[in-house]
Amino acid sequence: MSEIALVNSPNVGLDKTQKGGPYVNDLSTLNLGPTHPATHGIFQNILTMDGETIVDAEQTVGYIHRAFEKIAERRPFYQITTLTDRMNYCSSPINNMGWHLTVEKLLGIEVPKRAQYIRVIMMELARLADHIVCNSILAVDTGALTGFLYVYQWREHIYEIYEELCGARLTTNMGRFGGMERDLSKVAIEKINVLLEGLPKGLKEFEGMVMRNRIFMDRTQNVGAISAERALNYGFTGPNLRAAGVDYDVRSLNPYSSYEDFEFDVPVGTKGDTYDRFLVREEEMWQSLRIIQQAMDNLPEGPYHADAPHYYLPPKQEVYKNMEALIYHFKIVMGEIDAPVGEVYQSVEGGNGELGFYLVSDGGRTPYRLKFRRPGFIYYQAFPEMIKGSSLSDAIVTMSSMNVIAGELDT
Amino acid sequence: MEKLNNQQIIEALQKTFGEDAVYGIGESHGILQVTTHVDNIVPMMHFLYADPILKFQFLTDLAGIHFPEAKGQELGVVYHLHSLENNVRLWIKAYAPIEAPNFPTITGLYATANWMEREAFDFYGIIFVGHPNLIRILNVDDMDYHPMRKEYPLEDATRHDKIDEMFGR
Repeated sequence: MSEIALVNSPNVGLDKTQKGGPYVNDLSTLNLGPTHPATHGIFQNILTMDGETIVDAEQTVGYIHRAFEKIAERRPFYQITTLTDRMNYCSSPINNMGWHLTVEKLLGIEVPKRAQYIRVIMMELARLADHIVCNSILAVDTGALTGFLYVYQWREHIYEIYEELCGARLTTNMGRFGGMERDLSKVAIEKINVLLEGLPKGLKEFEGMVMRNRIFMDRTQNVGAISAERALNYGFTGPNLRAAGVDYDVRSLNPYSSYEDFEFDVPVGTKGDTYDRFLVREEEMWQSLRIIQQAMDNLPEGPYHADAPHYYLPPKQEVYKNMEALIYHFKIVMGEIDAPVGEVYQSVEGGNGELGFYLVSDGGRTPYRLKFRRPGFIYYQAFPEMIKGSSLSDAIVTMSSMNVIAGELDT
Repeated sequence: MEKLNNQQIIEALQKTFGEDAVYGIGESHGILQVTTHVDNIVPMMHFLYADPILKFQFLTDLAGIHFPEAKGQELGVVYHLHSLENNVRLWIKAYAPIEAPNFPTITGLYATANWMEREAFDFYGIIFVGHPNLIRILNVDDMDYHPMRKEYPLEDATRHDKIDEMFGR
């Protein structure tokens, strides 16, 4: 019996004659994942435990690798949009817009102001949806289920707004090169106004329940902390970096899609622990609401897409009766339009960090090389360092607060 | 403070590493790119990191790339650096022959380079000399090729319903 226990432990060959018997300092191995309800995605962590304390962790990723970068090398640009929204599926419109911005940069398309504002509204809605998921699930992981139910209905409401804009809910494929495929409908505007009215109440209720809750604070404060210096060295971006005290936000440092027109704060934390990450996300939701309010108030009149017939799908009615429209429709759908030669990097502030697209075009119909900078992939490697020395339950909470999305990490 | 411009970066690099050390200087949508020899990567990264004005202290990304046509320089690595304080980005590129795709590791400077280099190794077979744990990351361990190289077509070569000629390509 004792022999079996020793074989499974990493300390095989332990001196059995030492004082206290063979089990002194005996370490055990625990498999957390790949499929475990608490990891919120398919991640495997092989934890080396000393009792309840984590001594070391080793990660295995790639369980849902779908070779997006390889597939992208054979697909026309339009067909890559559908790959991007399968990366971070909690905030797919941001991925779609990021890809569209990248291609527009390469093609040199000027996007009209109205389309830019609609994009900002959709991206901020996506950020709200992403943060609602992350924060309320974090509360669930610490045992508070009720708060989750208060805010989750608003995520459903946001998905209904997506439906108005693009017809889909999760994998949105929203927008086109040069703008949006449709304007904000009357229903969409109504729904956004309902959200602006109702979400603050739900959010307040949620915060009142969780934010100063003694149990929640005990579970999250000083848990999974990382210093600003280490976070930068590990390539952290987004709320996780800001929680550590670095005010790097792509929206304010390199504004895209008219973010410079809006007034918003970039919240930062001090300790970089789980509680700070939670607080930063909470405040970002309030800032997102502020941005959406400003965008709705100042929504410019005008077209909702650029005049770029080579890249923007013509309306279907036109295709049936107008020859040029038919030709462009065919060429765009079949991907017969060559892109100019060039190299572009465009980043947007995704739900969990800087989402970058590095596109190398050799003048063909498909990218020569497309590299996605996925924030989750880059900062998840710091996880072992963040949980070493803490208990297993802290590791669960830390992972939850890091907002790692398996689809994005594995592409 | 006056904004750091790309010319200053080029001058600083040429002053420290010699005129010949950086070549292929170009600019793409405002982002400076330079090409350097593989041996220069680590000293250059350290210099850019420590310089009190340049302060390139954030490694945004690291991308492998394959050019089968460029003989002797088939495999490349593009380092995306970002100076957060100056808000300036910089691409450093280096190439190596496919027979000996050896690059020095920069994990000593950036902890984040660990997985990025593993990814480039996994997909392109680029060897990062000195990497602490250079194993596959996203693909299965017993895969015996590097799938992002251009010689591996994406689709089944025996398929005849998608021949390029049919579409006039």
